[in-house]
Amino acid sequence: MLLLSLNNICKRFGATNAVDDVSISVERGEFFGLLGASGCGKTTTLRVIAGLETPDSGAVEFDGREVTNLPAEHRGFGMVFQNYALFPHLNVFENVAFGLRARGGSRVTSPTVRQGSSTESLSEKVHRALDLVQLPGFDARRVDELSGGQQQRVAIARAIAIEPALLLFDEPLSNLDVALREETRRELRALVKRLNLTAVYVTHDQEEAFALCDRIAVMSEGRVRQIGPPRELYDQPTSVAVAKFLGRNNLIRAMRLTSSNDPLTRFKTLEGGHTLAVHATHEQLMGLPVNKPCLLAIRPEAISISKSQTIGENRISARLEQIEFSGATTAVELDANGLKLEALVLRADDFETGDECVVTLAPDQIRLLPAG
Amino acid sequence: MKRPDSKRRRRFAWPAHSKFFLLLIVAIVLLYGVIYPNARVFIGALQVDGHWSLARFIELLSQRAVIESALTSIAVSILTVLFCSLIGVPLAFLFERYSFPGRRLFATLAALPLVLPPLVGTVAFIFLCGESGILARVIQNNFHLSTPPWTLRGWGALLLFHTYTMYPFFYVLTGAGLQRIDAGLAEAARSLGASRLRVLSRVTLPQLTPSLIAAALLTFMTSMASFSAPLLFGGNVRVLTLEIFSARQRGDAGVALTETVLLAVISLVALIFFQRYEGTRRFIAAAMKGATRRRAPLKTGKARLLAAICGIVFSVALALPIITLVLVSFSRDGSWTTQTLPPSYTVSNFARLAGDADARSVFVNSLLMAGIAAVAALVWSFCVTAVTATGKSKRWKRLVNLLVLIPWALPGTVVALSVAEAYGQTNPLTGSFILVGTFWILPVVYFLRFMPLVVRAVQASMEQLDRALEEAASVLGAGSWRRFWRVRLPLIAPGALAGALLAFVIGLGEYVASVLVFTPNNRPISIAIASAMRDFNLGTAAAYGVILIMMIAIAMIVAGQLQNRER
Repeated sequence: MLLLSLNNICKRFGATNAVDDVSISVERGEFFGLLGASGCGKTTTLRVIAGLETPDSGAVEFDGREVTNLPAEHRGFGMVFQNYALFPHLNVFENVAFGLRARGGSRVTSPTVRQGSSTESLSEKVHRALDLVQLPGFDARRVDELSGGQQQRVAIARAIAIEPALLLFDEPLSNLDVALREETRRELRALVKRLNLTAVYVTHDQEEAFALCDRIAVMSEGRVRQIGPPRELYDQPTSVAVAKFLGRNNLIRAMRLTSSNDPLTRFKTLEGGHTLAVHATHEQLMGLPVNKPCLLAIRPEAISISKSQTIGENRISARLEQIEFSGATTAVELDANGLKLEALVLRADDFETGDECVVTLAPDQIRLLPAG
Repeated sequence: MKRPDSKRRRRFAWPAHSKFFLLLIVAIVLLYGVIYPNARVFIGALQVDGHWSLARFIELLSQRAVIESALTSIAVSILTVLFCSLIGVPLAFLFERYSFPGRRLFATLAALPLVLPPLVGTVAFIFLCGESGILARVIQNNFHLSTPPWTLRGWGALLLFHTYTMYPFFYVLTGAGLQRIDAGLAEAARSLGASRLRVLSRVTLPQLTPSLIAAALLTFMTSMASFSAPLLFGGNVRVLTLEIFSARQRGDAGVALTETVLLAVISLVALIFFQRYEGTRRFIAAAMKGATRRRAPLKTGKARLLAAICGIVFSVALALPIITLVLVSFSRDGSWTTQTLPPSYTVSNFARLAGDADARSVFVNSLLMAGIAAVAALVWSFCVTAVTATGKSKRWKRLVNLLVLIPWALPGTVVALSVAEAYGQTNPLTGSFILVGTFWILPVVYFLRFMPLVVRAVQASMEQLDRALEEAASVLGAGSWRRFWRVRLPLIAPGALAGALLAFVIGLGEYVASVLVFTPNNRPISIAIASAMRDFNLGTAAAYGVILIMMIAIAMIVAGQLQNRER
């Protein structure tokens, strides 16, 4: 069921288009990610959702109502800020209670805010929120006495205490160290799912977005490039930008050879002159520019290397340029007659730099991308 | 495509109607407090018998005495800046860069003259260094001289006193600048092979330039506005503030006004010059993730000894005038004539001040008037900040900030005279609103003089305020009033209160402006001190001074606590 939708949102700051014609829809109960490099407009998009920025054009709809111009304080959302934005003059309890107190006096205009059972007192609500983030008994602590991880939990408790209709996260884990970040990530997803909340999560960290989100919008230069579940984005990027941004990818320039309707279409690589067979749909092929090179993308981990000499379909010979051991995996740089490839293998013990080998590019792992 | 409705831009401002009300207050206060009085002075100086004329101005400017006093003022100020920097900057380096026993105590002591009211400092100086002061007597009696070894008059005395009271500007600002400098930069320079001297001249000093310019500006302006010291021991050094005062005493209002304009113009030109220069020399460190510099401990016995000796000599030198003041405050009025130290001691001075209704009223007056001014300045700064911190075009903000700054840039003499000129008689613009001769003139003058300080304090607190906090409050459902009362106000309150306390403290000892416009039945402490000095009631004058210093110390301790809490 649709809960939030952004329709053609544009926001300019001076001469820059921070957000350029962004349309997104978020289902109820969904954990939705906004992923992109810094300056791609993801935070501005989140602030538009929160009501902290007004879009220059476009509309924000929430639960069937237009809320584009509704002030942040009337939206009933919860938000966790990058630097947590805890009130330094209030203790932990008062920080968590802030939203509840603010709401107590003012009328809440958003009909979707689920009111907690009216018998539950303010302090019970605060304590329940602190229990949920595993900070029981921290009520009277000053926020500047807490560690980074604890401050982060208080920020989350403060956001969920008001039983928000929508939970917004602005890179909330970026100030934590790696180990704590991964642990908090897991707890965060479990918490949001347990409370059956809907969340929009901004991050520049692809791994974090993949681990947390049900669906992700990849953004660059203020535009949404692709929306989909993590697996789909990773395996089937529809543009070079997404293919480049999400993990490493070998991008091979190639010309189409055959015009048959064979399930396997053949391409000749511009570098190296190898012939590669690719699974491509009719629609994809129709979208290719005529007589112009297109791009083939293949993940390093989809490339395997062996010592066997049999050359066959999508098996080409190459020379090992460099072997880089990095623990669980080993990255191998290959040169196949001028075509530079990167492969990621579990072990490369049998090989040494300068060895000849045979490289296999599985046809169903090669993605066809429009050039440019 | 629909444009966003413009009201939403000012979401973090006050509600629209109270915003208009605030704008109105700010406009009225600036119009009647800053623009109108200063315009009156300029017009008064440029009109003769109701006609526009540069005649008096030119006539005055061609008088040698006026030219000389203007040049003297400038020369005194430049020399003061020079001497203060020679003392203040090395001292800041010593205390910021090295650690040795007693460092913290001496570092705090060194900033003390900042809070000493100029008049009290002058009086203490006379008791200590004057020709009939303790030091002169010690030498005269020990070497059996028939005349005092020196006279505390003229250039030397004036510059000595100015340096003593104003070097803390250089000391405090250089110290703060040194704390901000990324130690990594000096380390980088050293690693690139630069010598210590080269690091100092090419890396450290250029980065300190903004601090040094700010200190030079403060010192220059304070020195231009200096009045008590030239009055009491300037001797034949006739500075502009003194000329204005005596022209007014003579009843020569036209000359006073013209000289006031001259002083104001010099001060404003200096302000603009310094700020221009400061603007060109501002550095923003590319990366501020450096290690904070640790103070190098002085390990060798010689260096420790030297530093300790410097510290002791210095703190004694700093404390001596105040110790003298306390000593004299216990002396019997009229008993101290030719002896080295006052011969007989008594608490009667303090007892009399406590018991005498007239003396008590002096303290009540000062407390009341400085208090009114400080509270008004506090409220006013919130109004100004609310107007300048949000919405509206940048040009208007800059105009408001500039107008707020003007009374600070103008010497107290100018502020007092301009208010007296503007509200001295009925006129169509102000109706029958007369301040001169009423209780309210001093609180108004104090307010105008010190409100820039409070506004700056509040604005600085606002700049430190993380915008995300108000956004967080907004997302949590807090409307603009709640955000103001529950988030913004509690967070800027300590800084604002500290600023207001500072204004209160300076108001308590104010003399320069008070002496021009006070009314006999509404005398502040400084006037009482000056008249006690004139009557040679040295003990009484000193006792007034000691009580004033004690009140200031209490206020400063409270302000310090508030600032600590903010951090």
